[in-house]
Amino acid sequence: MTLKKAWYKLAIKLYIPAALNGMRYTLGRVFRKKATLSYPEEVHVPRKGYRGEHRLKKDEVGRMKCVACLMCQTACPAECIQIVGAPSPWPDREKIPIVFNIDMLKCIYCGMCEEACPCDAIELTPTFTKVSTTREEKIYDINKLLSR
Amino acid sequence: MAIAAKIAFVIGFMVLSLTPGMVIVERRLSAWMQGRIGPDRVGPLGLLQPLADAIKFIFKEDIIPDDADKLLYILAPVMVLVPPALGLIVIPFGNHIGDEPLEVANLSIGVLFTMSVLSVAVYGLAFGGWASNNKYSLLGGLRASAQLVSYELALSLSIIAVLMISAGHPSETMGTLNPRLIVERQIQHGWNILGGGNWLMLPCGLIGFILFFISALAENNRLPFDLPECEAELVGGYHTEYSSMKFALFMMGEYVGMTVMASLMTTFFLGGWHLPGLTRLADHSLVAGLVSVAVFMAKVVAILFVYVILRWTLPRFKYTQLMNLGWKRLVPLALANVIAVAVIGVLTQSGGVK
Repeated sequence: MTLKKAWYKLAIKLYIPAALNGMRYTLGRVFRKKATLSYPEEVHVPRKGYRGEHRLKKDEVGRMKCVACLMCQTACPAECIQIVGAPSPWPDREKIPIVFNIDMLKCIYCGMCEEACPCDAIELTPTFTKVSTTREEKIYDINKLLSR
Repeated sequence: MAIAAKIAFVIGFMVLSLTPGMVIVERRLSAWMQGRIGPDRVGPLGLLQPLADAIKFIFKEDIIPDDADKLLYILAPVMVLVPPALGLIVIPFGNHIGDEPLEVANLSIGVLFTMSVLSVAVYGLAFGGWASNNKYSLLGGLRASAQLVSYELALSLSIIAVLMISAGHPSETMGTLNPRLIVERQIQHGWNILGGGNWLMLPCGLIGFILFFISALAENNRLPFDLPECEAELVGGYHTEYSSMKFALFMMGEYVGMTVMASLMTTFFLGGWHLPGLTRLADHSLVAGLVSVAVFMAKVVAILFVYVILRWTLPRFKYTQLMNLGWKRLVPLALANVIAVAVIGVLTQSGGVK
């Protein structure tokens, strides 16, 4: 034990064994998997449950699921959702949204809207690389959200 | 004609090809060590990246600060690059082809020549630091000169030990300062890193090599001794104010210096072009000559590779640590090494200890 300790102390004092050990480690890093992706060719695939941009879901017959209950708007901490409801043409619900805007520049991608939704109508998709040239383009309206 | 070919090899390969090669290898390797990919866009595997860099350097604006000392400012990069390149001329990079020894100049004082020429490079750093008229540059230049002067001593002392090892073999009667003769003695007796055929000198050879290696790192301003260009404290050190091709010359000077040091290590300690088992290298045919050059270059590149790994492994020293290491550890150790070699050499030569 003491011999080992003394040897350890000597190795630190000599510096060179420690440096060699470090070099071995550095060399080992060369052959590890790289963290960088060469971007245009390789695209990062987000994990399951990644919180990217929103979409509005549709049911089996192609109607939007949203009933304009304003739960997501209330839950949203960034206040980026704007909903205007209207009477529903279908008998199974009272309201549907006619305006459903999400300001993607305000959105913090927290997923609270998805959690708050009682009808499972809004969802965050893994898409995160959309580009816009104006601020207006970044306010997604109901058609854009439904079409994704 | 032959001399022109040899000069072309030294300038064309050891200076102008090995340097960009080292740059790309270092950039790729360091990237891999850090989990990155590194420059891989220019040419196959990014191999043309140094070329792109060179073109960029040539077309960049060349700024000379208003209050700079123009003459010294322009002279400094040249003085950093040329002396190491001159140091290459006495290095035997291969055996003979026909009657031609593969080195540019066969100087009997080759070792002295290289050491004296290499130490001129420190003026380049000091000039660069002073002429820029920038406090950071000046501090960088001061650090560089202090560091280089301190470590030159340990470097030279470890070389003295080598010279005595080559002279210390029982069958030798005289020492030599001729790099080619040093290599030939190593081929005859054994590599100097292993004590030049005298097993009692094995520790001396090893310690000498380690001392030389550490001092060479400091001489080249490589990590862990790159205090003269310490970014956090001194911006860029002595080359803060340099841009364009002048900066490229500083950069090249550093890499050429590394090549020279690696060549010196190969020549003094690792048996030059000699590879145990390849006895046919002794004949003077064209193929054997080229193989000997390849062996020499392989050793040099291996040492440069170690340089790169070391750079990305060790953190930078503090300045006090650097000076303490130089004066309180390396110099006394090198002196003790010289004395040990002398004592062992005398004892074995006189037949006292066999």
